[in-house]
Amino acid sequence: MSLLALVNVQARHGLLQAVRGVSLSLEKGETLALVGANGAGKTTLLRAIAGAHKLSGGSISLGGVDVGAKPSYARAALGIALTPEGRKLFSRMTVEENLLLAKAAGRSGAFDIDAIMAIFPNLKARRKSLAGSLSGGEQQATAIGRALMTNPDVLLLDEVSLGLAPIVVERLYGQLEALKGSGLAIILVEQDLKRAMAAATRIACMLEGEIVLEGRAGELTREAIMRAYFGLRSSGRAA
Amino acid sequence: MILLNQILQGALLGGYYALVACGLSFMFSVMRVINLAHGSLAVLAGYALYVLADRFGLSPFTGMLIVAPGMAALGWALQRFVLERASRAGLLAPVLATFGLSIVIDNLMFERFGADTRSLAPFVDDLAYASWALTDDIAIGKLALMTFAAAVIVLGGIQLFLTRTSYGRAIRATAEDADTVGLIGVNPRVANALAAAIALASVSLAGLFLGLRATFDPYSGGAQLIFAFEATVIGGAGSLWGTLIGGIVLGVAQSLGALISPQGFFLLGHGVFLAVLFARLAFDDFGARVRSALAGGRA
Repeated sequence: MSLLALVNVQARHGLLQAVRGVSLSLEKGETLALVGANGAGKTTLLRAIAGAHKLSGGSISLGGVDVGAKPSYARAALGIALTPEGRKLFSRMTVEENLLLAKAAGRSGAFDIDAIMAIFPNLKARRKSLAGSLSGGEQQATAIGRALMTNPDVLLLDEVSLGLAPIVVERLYGQLEALKGSGLAIILVEQDLKRAMAAATRIACMLEGEIVLEGRAGELTREAIMRAYFGLRSSGRAA
Repeated sequence: MILLNQILQGALLGGYYALVACGLSFMFSVMRVINLAHGSLAVLAGYALYVLADRFGLSPFTGMLIVAPGMAALGWALQRFVLERASRAGLLAPVLATFGLSIVIDNLMFERFGADTRSLAPFVDDLAYASWALTDDIAIGKLALMTFAAAVIVLGGIQLFLTRTSYGRAIRATAEDADTVGLIGVNPRVANALAAAIALASVSLAGLFLGLRATFDPYSGGAQLIFAFEATVIGGAGSLWGTLIGGIVLGVAQSLGALISPQGFFLLGHGVFLAVLFARLAFDDFGARVRSALAGGRA
């Protein structure tokens, strides 16, 4: 049984069907990179998994439990955490308060404030600063830290490198690398294909709401992914 | 010496206004709801305390042990069954809903209790008029000082609750972004209902001190709402310590106005409120938001 299983997941924005029948599964300790052009439905899919976007069809189960109809706070309590696009920090609260909020999920585990500070040492000095006053890298670290504070089984990362300096992105991915050893399953949305291929154990490419290519990171070529990315349909589903 | 006395009495009166404004300010800052039933709910709490005292012989302070939780429960229900639904229909719908609610409450109280004025003062011995003489010219009312202390304790207590407890943090985060709190395990509906419960528990205190210091009738809510609203705006909407300062400024302005002429009591109070309101619209960032909203509406 997979940790996370999506069967024929559909989600809409009004009349627009943003996610069309996505099925995928994720095992403990796996990292899946979700790539695809803007508007391919990656963010909507992550939000649907986290419960921030209503499903219009299909099912999502976590550890065998159907969570498709549960609200986002209940899914957080069951172990799904999303670092949303644009970070969505509580800007009038301090870094520490942002992190402490996630205790509401009521899950115990390895991640507490000290653990987060050890993973993101750049936050140590900013612990009592308002989240709105942080630099982009510090904000992103806080957003990931806040998701980790729920002690999730599945971590969803939506464009965590967006708007960050390359050196900061480098450090961030280094820190993610350290998380993988803990058995945490990660789905990450990343625009930088090279980085996605390096960080992930599996890659799924989305086009117009569907997964058009999926495979193990080592087995897919950059060219195959590029073709799927732009919708040049010479390649089928691999692996 | 008279001037000093007026300022002192005005500041103590301001404590009362701050206490009345506390629930209104809290609901506005946290839930973005302007509760126009605020005054009527305070009067309702006053009547509840009156009935407990008159029929069952409970002192108003003992009665608070029943009325405060009762009002908190009412706040919870108000959020879940009225405000939560109304807020789906836009910003104005909750304001209209609370306006309608105030009319219903006022008239139900009128039907039940009639037009006679009531007071809680007879149930607390001499507390309503007892005082300490500081000098030959200046005396401080025991009740006025108690009201002021209650305002400081309640406003400070809520402020501490919001900053130091997990429930308080959840309420503040929900106010800032109700969608995102769900992602980290906070149920925004519970956070808002808890906030409404706290706001209305504080409204029961406003009803207590209204009844102790003066008389009230079923339609007294409107005046309470106006003073609460003025104190909130003067102090800066959304800041609890600001509400205390706003109440004091309003009370002092009224007392100094009364020194000039008997009508000056209300006149100078309203005048200061309007002056602060226009200054805010013209200069601070709240005004900037309103101006840009208006400009956006025209474009």
